[in-house]
Amino acid sequence: MTFNYKLRNALAGATALTVAFAGTIAHAWEPTKPIDFVIMAGAGGGADQIARFIQSTAEKEDLTVRPLVPNNKGGGSGAEALIALNGTKDPDHTILVTLNSFFTTPLRQENLGIDISTFTPIAMMGVDPFVLWVHKDAGISSFEDWVSTVQEQDGEYVMGGTGRGQEDSLVITWLEQNYDLNIKYIPYSGGGEVAKELAGKQIMATVNNPAEARGFFANGDVVPLVAFSDERLPNLPDVPTIKELGKDFSYYNQRAVVGPPGMSDEAAEYYRDLFQQIYDTTDWQEYMSAESLEALPQTAEEAREYWNLQIENHKELMSKMEEGA
Amino acid sequence: MRRAEIVTAGLLALLSMYIMWKSTELQIGYIRGQGPGGGAWPFWLAAICLVSTGFIALNWWRGTSGPSQSDEPFLDSYGRKMLVLVGGGIVGFVVLTYIFSMYGAMALFLLYYIGFLGRHRWWVTLILATAIPTVFFFFFEALMRITLPKGMPFLEPFFNYMNTIIY
Amino acid sequence: METLGLLADGFWLAIQPINLMLIIIGVTLGLFIGAMPGLGSVNGVAILLPITFLVPPASAIIFLAAIYYGAMYGGAISSITLGIPGASTAVATTFDGRPLAMSGRASLALITAALASFAGGTVSNVLFTLFAPPLASVALNFGPPEIFALMLLAFATFIGLSSDDISKTVFSICIGLVFAAVGFDQISGAPRLVFFDISGFLHGINFLVLAIGVYGIGEMLWTIDSTRGKITTSEAKMSVKGIVTDAKEGMARSWRGTTIGSFLGFFVGILPAAGATPGSLMSYGVSKMLSRESAQFGKGHPEGVAAPEAANNSASTGSMLPMLTLGIPGSPTTAILLGGMVIWGLVPGPRLFAEQPEFVWGLIGSFYVSNFFALLINIAFIPLFIWMLRMPFTILAPLIFVLSIVGGYATTRDMHDVWLIVGFGFAAFFMRKLDYPLAPAVLAIVLGPIAEPTLRQSLLLSSGDPTIFFTRPVAGPITIIALILIFLPLIKKVWDRRGGRRPSAAE
Repeated sequence: MTFNYKLRNALAGATALTVAFAGTIAHAWEPTKPIDFVIMAGAGGGADQIARFIQSTAEKEDLTVRPLVPNNKGGGSGAEALIALNGTKDPDHTILVTLNSFFTTPLRQENLGIDISTFTPIAMMGVDPFVLWVHKDAGISSFEDWVSTVQEQDGEYVMGGTGRGQEDSLVITWLEQNYDLNIKYIPYSGGGEVAKELAGKQIMATVNNPAEARGFFANGDVVPLVAFSDERLPNLPDVPTIKELGKDFSYYNQRAVVGPPGMSDEAAEYYRDLFQQIYDTTDWQEYMSAESLEALPQTAEEAREYWNLQIENHKELMSKMEEGA
Repeated sequence: MRRAEIVTAGLLALLSMYIMWKSTELQIGYIRGQGPGGGAWPFWLAAICLVSTGFIALNWWRGTSGPSQSDEPFLDSYGRKMLVLVGGGIVGFVVLTYIFSMYGAMALFLLYYIGFLGRHRWWVTLILATAIPTVFFFFFEALMRITLPKGMPFLEPFFNYMNTIIY
Repeated sequence: METLGLLADGFWLAIQPINLMLIIIGVTLGLFIGAMPGLGSVNGVAILLPITFLVPPASAIIFLAAIYYGAMYGGAISSITLGIPGASTAVATTFDGRPLAMSGRASLALITAALASFAGGTVSNVLFTLFAPPLASVALNFGPPEIFALMLLAFATFIGLSSDDISKTVFSICIGLVFAAVGFDQISGAPRLVFFDISGFLHGINFLVLAIGVYGIGEMLWTIDSTRGKITTSEAKMSVKGIVTDAKEGMARSWRGTTIGSFLGFFVGILPAAGATPGSLMSYGVSKMLSRESAQFGKGHPEGVAAPEAANNSASTGSMLPMLTLGIPGSPTTAILLGGMVIWGLVPGPRLFAEQPEFVWGLIGSFYVSNFFALLINIAFIPLFIWMLRMPFTILAPLIFVLSIVGGYATTRDMHDVWLIVGFGFAAFFMRKLDYPLAPAVLAIVLGPIAEPTLRQSLLLSSGDPTIFFTRPVAGPITIIALILIFLPLIKKVWDRRGGRRPSAAE
């Protein structure tokens, strides 16, 4: 850690120097060109929608002097986005919207040479909880029923998700290990498609964000069984958490904004202010409550601690997954 | 033409083999209870590619495909010159984007093509070579908000100034 | 009849002065964005989304729908005039649009495309108005096996595209399918075919990169080489009378393709995993199969322009259906529109029609109105595009190269892809000279990313048992028809060889 700290300071110093030579140093840093707003997922998915919502809010409230330009780099579970940020020539005009692949992708693909502790924390816009859903026609109304159904069908119970190693598959693996289940897992290309496959009864259950299943839930097509959150979700007050059912486990997808390694402190401050402003808008607050995002405000230091914790948690979850495979 | 046919077939066969080899990084077989593995799709399709290059070579040997019967040169002097001037111009254009930005490189490419290759009047050339990049700049940067490469740092003050106009 | 009342309200909303103005601006903008290779409705819709905060949500969605329609019409323009498909939905339009333009009939092609688009848009709007909710449940019943069967059918309809040299056609199809697999394996979640560990391959090879390389660079080099640079693209002069004559000819020669495209496009378009591209490809293939003049296809038959254009417009409206009723985007563009709706506080999904009738019917009303204005504005601009074609080739050619490079970059904003375009361009030039058909590779890279995951998802569902494609009630018949279509030409070929021996043909 000390090494990284020194390196970061050195890089920050070097950047400050270049800025000074360019003659644009001012008391408060401001972007001079459009901000490359990299999104760690392809166009249209949940993460993309959130990023575009953030961009639209900034635009609507006229918060930036230069536009945020969305740039989808979802390749290789976000590996492409991390590589792009790691090697960016202009760290002060590049920011990244992350999900949990920020932690899992460098762990799964060690040859990428990405060390996320070198990245610059900017803002935590919220965390997205996961919920276990089944189709209403399955006649399952409680988590206990579900567990026994899956056990009966040993290996023939089909669940869908967004891909091996993705957030939902880690939760499903955790369920398999802790409740002695054997589940057949089908990967699809996005959370929306997964929700649709469940509504169309192509698959029997999903672990999905409430935002993705919202329309079908409102229509009564799908039934939530258990939430993997710390507290009951305000939008699903009757759904128990897995903690209430006696397991100390929770899992969220982070919706955070980070800067590349070597972003200058002034620029980082500027972006922290910007995203705090966006966070405080009524639009964002309403969006969070409608989409069941939970708040998790954190400072830069807290963010780094959170990253370390998440890396440890994911290492553990993923090693379990490999054992299972 | 005849020689080009077999050389191309050979190169494509090498490409197919390389892809087959690269595909073996993932499982290429049929996993029981799961269907084909991650490498199976590219591996077996590349294998079909390899087989078809074999047939192309066979047709070449038997002289049954069009190009294998043709005595015309694959690239005559005009073709070679064209490839160097036009193809080289395109490659030059792409290389120059790293130095003079997409817009600068575009202007130089248009000067080269319209003025030098096309032999149009100098003022026609000049008008087009400045107007087209300018229109592109405003269309992409201001209207579409798609940022194109900005070249090396010496152009940064210029583009920063342009940004103050369009935003 | 409640529907009609709601629709009338929707019309009323769409023709309010502010909304009408938004429709006209939106359609015009969309037309130019769509006509630019590399940019499509996705870009138009995504970038203009924030602007729409300035107006009320209903007007905003009308504006976006207008851009969407304009861009769908515009896609045909670059396919016909430049020979580069501007979007995957317009690939099939190049097959006959380009030959027509090269033979001086660009105006016929452009007008046919506009009329067919209008017909397709209208048919799908009517189907949408009458049957939206029941069709949504049809879309839900299409799982991976059904979509894979449909992809098989799409391939089958294209068997006829093959050139004389079977081995080169097979190579072209398979290499396209291999390129489609580059980047990431969705099923195992592992990177795949990342050649030489270059990170640019992680996002795969975009369809546009191959299409722009092949058509924008390769085909252009080939044209310059084969015409010795002395090429005159179009001598057609434009007049009002000319437009009317062309319109009559276009309608008379292409009504069949238009009809096929309008209906087939809609039904394929409403399936979330399929969308407008397979819809337009299949419509082209089917029209060719059913046409009495099928030998003329690919050489410049207006029907070959009408079928895919009717289909892609019809399918684009169709793909709004799963978005609105299920909350599932059928295309990247609808995905962004979906994001827009969430931003405006609307929840797409099964309840939307019941809870937000003004919004839904306002949108559908604006579809009708946008479609009509898109037709008018498109025809108004045709003389401009024809004029572009009359420019000296030494000005048009560098412009096409510039559009190819810029459009290629704009697609993914990665210089890696620009280099790939140049590489594909040179390779395409050499292969074109040696009679390798390249259209099959472009089709394969479009269909491959749908075909492979659905194949493997199906086999996962069935625990590796391939009979799943035959035993499901919907997938079964489609698979069987597709297999018959695929093997029919082969059987015929063998039959022919046994019957009348041709002296020179040995294959």
